[in-house]
Amino acid sequence: MKKIIIICLFFGLNSCSQDRDISLSPVAITLNFAHSWGEDEISSSDFDELKFTNENEQTLSINRLRYVISEITLIHESGEPTVLNDYNLVDLTNEAGLSFTTSESILPGDYVSASFRFGFSNNLNIDGAYPDLNSALFNVPGLLGGGYHFMQLDGMYIDNNNQEAAYNYHVINAFDASNPNETVETSFSVNIGGLTIGSNTNINMKMDISEWFKNPNMWDLDEFDTNLMGNYDAQLLMNQNGSSVFDLVSITQ
Amino acid sequence: MKKYFLLLLLFSILFVSCSNKDNTIEEEYTPIPYSLEVPELFQQKLIAPLIPTNNPLTEEGIALGKKLFFDKKLSKDNTQSCASCHNPRNSFTDSLRFSLGVDGLPGSRNSMPLFNLAWNFNDKFAWDGKELSLERQALEPVRNPIEMHSSWSNVTLRLQQDQEYPKMFLNAFGTERIDSALVTKAIAQFERTLISGNAKFDQYLLGNTSLSQQELNGFTIFMSEDKGDCFHCHGSDNNPLWTDNDFHNNGLDTSFNDLGLGSVTGDPNDNGKFKSPSLRNLVYTAPYMHDGRFSTLEEVINHYSEGLQNSSTIDPLMKKVSQGGVQLTPLEKADLKAFLITLTDDDFINNPSFQN
Ligand code: HEC
Ligand code: HEC
Repeated sequence: MKKIIIICLFFGLNSCSQDRDISLSPVAITLNFAHSWGEDEISSSDFDELKFTNENEQTLSINRLRYVISEITLIHESGEPTVLNDYNLVDLTNEAGLSFTTSESILPGDYVSASFRFGFSNNLNIDGAYPDLNSALFNVPGLLGGGYHFMQLDGMYIDNNNQEAAYNYHVINAFDASNPNETVETSFSVNIGGLTIGSNTNINMKMDISEWFKNPNMWDLDEFDTNLMGNYDAQLLMNQNGSSVFDLVSITQ
Repeated sequence: MKKYFLLLLLFSILFVSCSNKDNTIEEEYTPIPYSLEVPELFQQKLIAPLIPTNNPLTEEGIALGKKLFFDKKLSKDNTQSCASCHNPRNSFTDSLRFSLGVDGLPGSRNSMPLFNLAWNFNDKFAWDGKELSLERQALEPVRNPIEMHSSWSNVTLRLQQDQEYPKMFLNAFGTERIDSALVTKAIAQFERTLISGNAKFDQYLLGNTSLSQQELNGFTIFMSEDKGDCFHCHGSDNNPLWTDNDFHNNGLDTSFNDLGLGSVTGDPNDNGKFKSPSLRNLVYTAPYMHDGRFSTLEEVINHYSEGLQNSSTIDPLMKKVSQGGVQLTPLEKADLKAFLITLTDDDFINNPSFQN
């Protein structure tokens, strides 16, 4: 008798879980962020040393790197887009947010394309709206349009007087003080491509930091080192260079 | 089978009667849970304060912690309490460059003001972050030979022999047996209630008061990347803590007598880094910096404007180091100071719940 009950139970449970797969309950997805300088993978242990050379042959160090990603978007075969409300602060300095599992879920299945946004689009770049980012002091002053930093990359470089000087490569939504009502959008979408979402999908991305200094605009730190937040032209150049910094490494299930 | 049953019955009767007895001794009183009065701006802008699950706030725990904080029994010769170096009238610091311990010996760091400690999200305390949690921090001054220079066995013995304490511990923690873990838990509870969130600038942000033109100009300088650029480390209208609770080298020295964070992590890249202090209540917290080297706000502002010293670990947010800093004009300096003073919270200084 007991045996029969156990067998029944076993089958019962089993069929249950199969049912679940078939009825496709929504799942979270995980995004992982690795970082490199060109070919070389880097972590916070590579920080604080003048060990990198940019395209313009300037020697530099990285002391701090933080950036925010948002609006993970998936487009289903049927053409219907799903936008997850999540955002995530990647903080390489403290090795935090490098692996991020969405709090919102999505139905498993095949998607013809997927993307996320570097920074916040204008309608989500709401001044003071995100307590965790306020607590991390990631805000942009109201004088520069408010909202949040998209990226804070700080370090030192050897300037043209052969002295160590600071650079603050801070990416924000470009703000033209002479034309404050003009809205531009310098956050940008990063394409992941088509993918299949299963019960445990990991999207593994890599940011090549050297690309910020390289492509298409060769970055001269002697010209653009500090006070870049309020520098409208510099922000447009950063936006262009940003388009090639992310690569999809792999998708694992 | 029956025998077992009888035995079981017997046991359970024994057990019940036992635990009944326990109940009457230990658990006759349940402390009243307390929730922090979180200022409106903190609620709007910040993530929730950190309250460890193993030390929830209770009215009895806080009252006990307050009594302990002001009690000189915690020192070797009954001459010093926590409040001797953390005076509520000084926003819970003192006005000395280096506080003197019970033996009249000075330490090597400036005492720190105490407020908004539950919003120190990384839970690292002291100028160099060496104390991991308020509970653990409170163990240290009692046995530090240049502070209270006592020992925990002496202190707990004295408290145990006191008329009032055993009952207070019973009500707060359900036991009369006093030990260092419970003493520090109570002190930490009291410290978490020290909240400063009602300065003129807070009232301005809430729309209840206005600022003078000079104060507004000062705020602009604070928030301008090409002027003060203070906001990247010290907060803004969107972070009412006025600190990032993080560690930086803000250019005080070319070489370091005190390694700061580096002495804790052992990483030479952390040498000379200290915790950014909150800019609230500066009027009450002079002298300034980890070693109290500056006695006025003018000196602090001059430091950032033209006094920066270069070193291998200086923060990249310290710009124009080769020219000594951000080069503010005398007018800009005066404006900046006027703004800093709007972060003064007199209600905090005078709050009767925080006085002895
Ligand atoms: C002799 C003076 C003195 C006494 C007495 C003293 N402190 Fe302090 N306190 C200091 C100094 C100096 C520092 C900074 C220490 C450092 O950075 O190494 C400090 C730091 C602290 C901090 C860290 C604050 C922060 O924001 O990181 C806390 C909390 C604190 N003390 C609580 C206490 C408590 C509780 C007591 C009593 C048990 C006490 N102190 C007794 C001088 C004192
Ligand atoms: C790179 C981060 C950073 C920036 C930017 C910065 N500070 Fe600081 N500030 C610190 C740190 C770290 C300390 C403590 C340093 C020490 O004691 O060694 C400090 C200390 C202070 C103090 C002393 C507070 C006290 O209680 O001792 C004041 C006042 C102050 N800063 C104001 C300013 C102003 C005004 C600006 C802009 C002109 C500014 N800071 C910019 C990090 C920074």
